[in-house]
Amino acid sequence: MSDDLLIEARDLSVHFPIRGGGLFGPAVVVRAVEGVNLDIEKGSFFGLVGESGSGKTTLGRALLKAAPISRGSVQYNDGEVQHDLTKIDGKALKDYRSRAQLIFQDPYAALSPRMTVRDIIAEPLEVMGLTSSREETDERVREIAAKCRLNLEHLRRFPHAFSGGQRQRISIARALVSGPRFVVADESVAALDVSIQADVLNLLKEIQQEMGLTFMFISHDLSVVAHICDHVAVMYLGRLVESAPTRELFAAPRHPYTKALLSAIPSLDPDAPNIAQKLEGEIPSPTNPPPGCKFQTRCPYATDICRKEEPKLEHSSGEHEVACHYWQDLMD
Amino acid sequence: MTRLLDVENLTLKFKTDEGLITAVDNVSFTLEAGEVMGLVGESGSGKSVTAKSLMKLNASNAVYDERTKIVLHLDDGPVDIMTLKSSKDLRVVRGGAISMIFQEPMASFAPAISIGDQMVEQLQVHTDMNAKRAKEVSIEMLDRVGISDASTRFKQYAFELSGGMRQRAMIAMALSTRPKLLIADEPTTALDVTIQAQVIDLMKDLVTEFGMGIVFITHDLGVIAQTADSVAVMYLSRIVEQGTVRDVIRRPAHPYTKGLLAALPSLDDLDRPLTPVPGDIPSPLDRPSGCVFNTRCSANLGAVCSRDLPDFTTVADSHRVACHLFNEGAAK
Repeated sequence: MSDDLLIEARDLSVHFPIRGGGLFGPAVVVRAVEGVNLDIEKGSFFGLVGESGSGKTTLGRALLKAAPISRGSVQYNDGEVQHDLTKIDGKALKDYRSRAQLIFQDPYAALSPRMTVRDIIAEPLEVMGLTSSREETDERVREIAAKCRLNLEHLRRFPHAFSGGQRQRISIARALVSGPRFVVADESVAALDVSIQADVLNLLKEIQQEMGLTFMFISHDLSVVAHICDHVAVMYLGRLVESAPTRELFAAPRHPYTKALLSAIPSLDPDAPNIAQKLEGEIPSPTNPPPGCKFQTRCPYATDICRKEEPKLEHSSGEHEVACHYWQDLMD
Repeated sequence: MTRLLDVENLTLKFKTDEGLITAVDNVSFTLEAGEVMGLVGESGSGKSVTAKSLMKLNASNAVYDERTKIVLHLDDGPVDIMTLKSSKDLRVVRGGAISMIFQEPMASFAPAISIGDQMVEQLQVHTDMNAKRAKEVSIEMLDRVGISDASTRFKQYAFELSGGMRQRAMIAMALSTRPKLLIADEPTTALDVTIQAQVIDLMKDLVTEFGMGIVFITHDLGVIAQTADSVAVMYLSRIVEQGTVRDVIRRPAHPYTKGLLAALPSLDDLDRPLTPVPGDIPSPLDRPSGCVFNTRCSANLGAVCSRDLPDFTTVADSHRVACHLFNEGAAK
């Protein structure tokens, strides 16, 4: 694995059995993530987009070793330590937990209403035993709180006294207090108003640059991803269908699904021509995915080969990868 | 165009243990038949309460100011909604002349009654159709909103439908009584972009076909730009700017509207930094004196803003803004 990479996933799959086999019919398995190859560079802001049900949250959790990895490998290397996430357990897993953290979507549900902000932020340090005295804990809490623009007065209060934006800053402080190298932010701005969203996005970017973190930013909002991420991967029904540096992806999307997603974003220009490539129907159920290309049921260009053979993710140019039988024919 | 709705000086306070809380303050607007009016603002700005007032659907601790006047112009004469007291009188507007679509369709359908039975029930309450005719009309409507195999869906329950399908069923149900006014409260917020595009298209078609007026509540200015004819921007219970969509989005006048647009990530310019509106929305218990926005305004003129409530100034045809910057003779 190259030294530039923090995470390298090969053929990563996450399957959830939802009904056992035997008396009540055949076993039913949800293939939430299937055969994903993914490289995340150190210090990058990696975006993961897709509709609900595409498996982006599960993929994020698998990289945090918070979802069971059914097949494939995930390597983590931050220069100090290396972990093989398929085999990790015990002490090594504990170490990985302090290095890889998660920021949740809903800042109203993620914070215990019965703990003060200081206790909420200090909890990871105490659970992981990263500090030896209360003074040291307090110092680390104050330090990270300041970085997240929370003041000392805030630390004594309870979450109910805070607005959505402030709560999200508390969740961010809690995720960062253990000094992680890798942070997964799962729809972390989806529940916020635009102005607060801008504030939190700026804060995340600032912290990432200051602390040299690597972020995986999961979102369904393409315009947010376009603004904050360096590299974007698009998921559909458990597969990566396209992955490219942000500018390239937004300037020259190759996969028909990415094109449709981009054109479906409502433009701020009231007179913008209605060029949306309308997708018919909805994402199929992952318990019963279509054969061949997973997108063929909604793809306007699907032919027989799409219905039989699943396209592999291939390099189209440089770092731009796409999984479509016809990407070359569809280039404008 | 024919006038459908007149709202004058809508003022509404909620009685709570902590005192009277102003939720809507002196809001006035008009709506023509076939017009889509967008109502934008952050959470807590009073947009949902404003919309619910049109049916007097707010909680029982709501106190309407006596100057409030809401008149709905129906074929057989105007209805003064504030004078309707009993729920029997209000039935004419609630679900009859006015229908409402909510953000979360799963929470709006009864989970243990089939979609069809719920549709038939409302038709029987509001029209003189018999059960057989009501069923026919319901299936027709489901078909009309693009639900395939409508007669099967008619018998199903809300949990058996996907998110986009549920929202379509909600729209079918809301429109089956042929309302004159439709209130759509964040109808696409919980949906994926591709499904959002489908629902927006559907609503546009239905406006043309049925010629009803729509009050469209959302925090997404892109959705407003693509659906609405006119827009009112709300901040802390007051309308701060209103006008046609083109005027307000292309030439925003109020510092708050400008702030909202500057905070919005746009795909056209990925390098533009996102600028949040500084500070947080004040608590409704602690409303600033003078202009409600003066505590966060970057163009604050000083004493006049924190002392006097700005009047509306007309900046173009129907484009009005409530800001001292536009008041002639205001102290600079």
